[in-house]
Amino acid sequence: MARNKDAMVLLIDVSPSMHKALPEIEKVCSMLAEKKLIYSKYDEVAVVLFGTEEAENELTREVGGYEHVVVLQNIKVVDGQLVETLQQLPRGTRDGDFLDAIIVGMDMLIKKYGETYKGKKRLCLLTNAQFPIKYPLEGTKEDQVSTIAEHMNTHGMRMESIVVRGSLTGEANKSVMDENDNLLGIFSKKTCAKLVHVESPTSLLGALRTRKISPVTIFRGDLELSPKMKIKVWVYKKTSEEKFPTLKKYSDKAPPTDKFATHEVKVDFEYKSVEDPSKVVPPDQRIKGYRYGPQVIPISSAEWDAVKFKPEKSVKLLGFSDAKNIMRHYYMKDVNVFIPEPGNTRAILAVSALARAMQDMNKVAILRCVWRQGQANVVVGVLTPNVSDNDNIPDSFYFNVLPFAEDVREFQFPSFNNFPASWQPTEQQQEAADDFVRMFDLAPSGKEEALPPGLTPNPVLERFYRHLELKSRHPDAAVPPLDETLRMITEPDKELLSQNRSVLDVFRSRFEVKENPKLKKSSRRFLQDKPSGSNEGHANISDEPNSSEYASAVKVEKVGDATPVQDFEAMINRRDSPQWVGKAIKDMKNKIHDLVEDSYEGDNYPKALECLIALRKGCILEQEPKQFNDFLRTLCIFCQEKALSSFCEFLASKELSLISKTEAVDSEVTDDEARNFLCQIRAKDGMSA
Amino acid sequence: MEIDPDDLFRDDEDDPDNELFQGDRKDDTHFHVAVSCIAQSLKTQIINNSYDEVAICFFNTREKRNLQDLNGVYVFNVADREYLDRPTARLIKEIDNIEESFMSKIGSQYGIVSGSRENSLYNVLWVAQALLRKGSAKTADKRVLLFTNEDDPFGSIKGVIKTDMMRTTLQRTRDAQDLGISIELLPLSRPDSDFNVSTFYSDLLGLKGDDLALFMPAAGEKSTAYNIGTGETSCFLTDSTLLKYFNLLISHIFRSMLLIKTERSFICADTGALVQGSAKRFQPYKTENIKFSVEELLEIKRFSTGHLRLLGFKPLNCLKEFHNLRPSTFVFPTDEELIGSTCIFIALHRSMLRLKRFAVAFYGSSSRPQLVALVAQDEIISAGGQVEPPGMHMIYLPYSEDIRNTEELHTGSNVAPPHANDDQTRKAAALIKRFDLKDFSVFQFANPALQRHYAVLQALALEEDEIPEIKDETVPDEEGMSRPAFVSALEEFKQSVYGDNYEEENDAVGNGKASETSKKRKAVSENAVKESGNYDWVDLADNGKLKDLTVTQLKYYLTANNLPLAGKKEALISRILTHMGK
Repeated sequence: MARNKDAMVLLIDVSPSMHKALPEIEKVCSMLAEKKLIYSKYDEVAVVLFGTEEAENELTREVGGYEHVVVLQNIKVVDGQLVETLQQLPRGTRDGDFLDAIIVGMDMLIKKYGETYKGKKRLCLLTNAQFPIKYPLEGTKEDQVSTIAEHMNTHGMRMESIVVRGSLTGEANKSVMDENDNLLGIFSKKTCAKLVHVESPTSLLGALRTRKISPVTIFRGDLELSPKMKIKVWVYKKTSEEKFPTLKKYSDKAPPTDKFATHEVKVDFEYKSVEDPSKVVPPDQRIKGYRYGPQVIPISSAEWDAVKFKPEKSVKLLGFSDAKNIMRHYYMKDVNVFIPEPGNTRAILAVSALARAMQDMNKVAILRCVWRQGQANVVVGVLTPNVSDNDNIPDSFYFNVLPFAEDVREFQFPSFNNFPASWQPTEQQQEAADDFVRMFDLAPSGKEEALPPGLTPNPVLERFYRHLELKSRHPDAAVPPLDETLRMITEPDKELLSQNRSVLDVFRSRFEVKENPKLKKSSRRFLQDKPSGSNEGHANISDEPNSSEYASAVKVEKVGDATPVQDFEAMINRRDSPQWVGKAIKDMKNKIHDLVEDSYEGDNYPKALECLIALRKGCILEQEPKQFNDFLRTLCIFCQEKALSSFCEFLASKELSLISKTEAVDSEVTDDEARNFLCQIRAKDGMSA
Repeated sequence: MEIDPDDLFRDDEDDPDNELFQGDRKDDTHFHVAVSCIAQSLKTQIINNSYDEVAICFFNTREKRNLQDLNGVYVFNVADREYLDRPTARLIKEIDNIEESFMSKIGSQYGIVSGSRENSLYNVLWVAQALLRKGSAKTADKRVLLFTNEDDPFGSIKGVIKTDMMRTTLQRTRDAQDLGISIELLPLSRPDSDFNVSTFYSDLLGLKGDDLALFMPAAGEKSTAYNIGTGETSCFLTDSTLLKYFNLLISHIFRSMLLIKTERSFICADTGALVQGSAKRFQPYKTENIKFSVEELLEIKRFSTGHLRLLGFKPLNCLKEFHNLRPSTFVFPTDEELIGSTCIFIALHRSMLRLKRFAVAFYGSSSRPQLVALVAQDEIISAGGQVEPPGMHMIYLPYSEDIRNTEELHTGSNVAPPHANDDQTRKAAALIKRFDLKDFSVFQFANPALQRHYAVLQALALEEDEIPEIKDETVPDEEGMSRPAFVSALEEFKQSVYGDNYEEENDAVGNGKASETSKKRKAVSENAVKESGNYDWVDLADNGKLKDLTVTQLKYYLTANNLPLAGKKEALISRILTHMGK
């Protein structure tokens, strides 16, 4: 199938200024080769490097010149060796001339295939275009580029240029870069060439189409404005999910000696009666049924065909509407694109006029579509204008499927205004949120938009193909961890975080989140135990920025000697089991008791007091006033008995008393009683003295 | 929904007053409105939530039928069904036709009259509550829907008896509400006076102040549009997913009407042995099969434990029309697990709305981890109802692999494609103005395929003779399109982009393009007709000699007569015979 066999020449700039970007280029190019090995094994690939010290290409042998261009790999069918070659590209030492490389690449394609070859011929240029190309012998650089571009056209080649800029390359001469951009721009104007600028490693990974998908129209025919006016259009898919490859089930039943074993697993379906599972029902005794309430209505497919809904193939306009009537979240599926019939200037004009008018007036069109004859349903969708900013590309429309009345789930949710005041952000909080939203900008002006969908690769697929390649060499290889570049897709940008540290800290300090104490049994921990620094991971469904203060790094299990207060606080705050509160209080009581008992001339009193204050606070928070009050009473009695009444005095002087009703509702002690308790102690002291 | 039905319950009042039966409007009596509303919602319910259970009682009736043997209450039911049970085809059929037999079988008689101590409203609430005892309050959502056109049920009595009756009725309501039963009122206004909720029912429903103002007494009038019976209302992540009608396809059934279950078994392709739960998968790569364990595959897809991780914010215009893959998901805050969440959510929500930005987040679901856009949605309220709840819409963004550059596909010719000039754009704008769908809403079209499917199903289930015609609401408005203003705008636009001789040239283009294939086809069929003329088909058929001909020869006849050419020789012969009428 020569028509489906593509040829591709990768032109890679390996000059010193590109070295920073080369690891990503190695990844994306080897990914391309890996996917070709699976999906189009007969494609042919060549690799040309430029910016190298030496020169190794046919042109330099034949006519001279073309220095610093090396053909690393001649055109040949993809194989495992190519993947390995691409994973370890040699680094160059010279500045590269991309035009030389393009000519070498074209020359290779022409020599190999001639003009009759039916398959697609592609050149793929990866460079930073930072260095000027040589002046031609005659004419200007522009003329030379134009000539080459025309040549490319006559040979039916396509070119894709990915220009690496920004943080990935060093400083460079701006005027040279502009000149080069201009030159590369000529290619995209004159030929079917694409030019992409990338600034981050992530978008470099996403910039190259690693898998070829031959586009198929889902509809060709008339877009009916009315029965009197029709526009010829072709409809393609604009987005379509590239699925994770479906792996086959593996059977190890075949003997290891069997060289031809497929190891495949077949699936066999058997239809059995519910009442008599031993009996298999043959196909002619089966009929489909639909549920209608508790009943099942049998209906044969022939009957069904006779009565079912059969719309005619057509795409009809229902009318125009204000864009604001169609809310973005109603879009149901992947997106289609309506392009005017290629070569039909009238259709192109008509689409262009409508698209421009719709854009100016902020309108959208509502369509009713039946793509194919015999399709059993209709699709209602919205057409939005896509006015092209490239002169080479005609204007088109995007088409999104809209839901039918049955598809919309109308759930009522409470209005935010009806929430209690404690849930409403204060002015300060709102200000912090505003700053947060403003500063965490992924599309700052003057810089490349971070993570644009068009340049962001799917990390799952990246990881799968890398693992596949690893496994082909070492069958037991583990799943590779996410590298820095892919991490940029799944986690917040560290640089952006550190730049906005202060905004973030303010945001965090103004809002308080804590786990609901009523939900003690929750098996999930919402505030994650994570080392601080990466705590912007908005932890859960409702976007909590998680505060590390709540994360207890080490789980405290007893109140120790060194830091009894801290241990106690950590323990009483543990939420993994309700028993911790009780245990913490008990441990603390023992601790205080020991401290008082072991004190020599009151040396432990301050520490004991600290512990008592902590215990008091904990008991108020946990609504356990009785525990504390009983303990304090016993402690005082104990002190008096053991002639340690100086401690009671010490307490009284520090005004530590029972927990009163005003502090904790459950307490049985009134305010007066609490105050009197102190007096009592003093009085008793007096008595014993 | 399998095990916890929401118990729907519906009370229907029928009044003795003639006005309810005769009504003010031409054909619709209030009773008719109520009954058709019930029938309509039963039909929706049996399809959407067929596990929901329902009972229908009439009150203020002459006859009585209920377990408590109370006067003036009639629980409507059909065979093979408990009072409160899943709706059946038969129930729908009978409720649809109840109007004819209602007076003779059930009869209507206003129960609350002075002199008797009967309180039919009290009775019916009691019956309802008893019926709804089934099922726990936690798993089921219990509702009583009350249809009535009497805003003052105790109007005819006076004094102590009245206050006493009102008190006991309200108490009964409160008891029911304590048991987790919500009571909703669908009032039907009389022609001369609007239904005054505050006379009695506001107390019954517990409406106060502002709520009362919002309560629209017209609820019952648009009965057919009123859809009763959506299930959960308190979920936090909800999809607006396509309702696929094939989910109703349960399984194959026997001719003798027995359900069939499907059994799946895995067989090794090499040995034919049965494979039990194979844990390995493989992918052919290079020259060998690379094996993966299920755990490894899961590991590849695993990125983070957090569900949704915020990465930053972008201006709304970065979200392009084609950044879409799937129906969106709605995000609403909850304080159930983390106190303070709602506050942060609201603050971010407001900031995003004000600064016109959306959030980009990584959604680490196990099936497809992907980037999502969180677009803040402000609450939209119109005519007393919530059109859009406040919250965020999670829009699933495509990756670069998922986006295709189809626009650029056909570039490459040296001639740049034309773009419309200002005049043409102006003409197009004029056309757009003429053809504006005002107040278009995505809710306005019912899916014709789905409607047809259910209509057929319903007709079969209810043994109706005719399948009702379903109006396809999605066809263009032909009438509107023939308006002169529109036609002239269209003509002008057509003139400006297509030029004068469009029709003729269009035909010419059509012929030119069709030439290749159609010429060929034409030649073939002409040839076939000629060849076919060489045979005496009737004679061949009569003598059974058709089978002596070759397939090619047989096909001459089929082509000449525009018959399908597919199938084996026997099929061709039988097709020829059928065509000849033999």
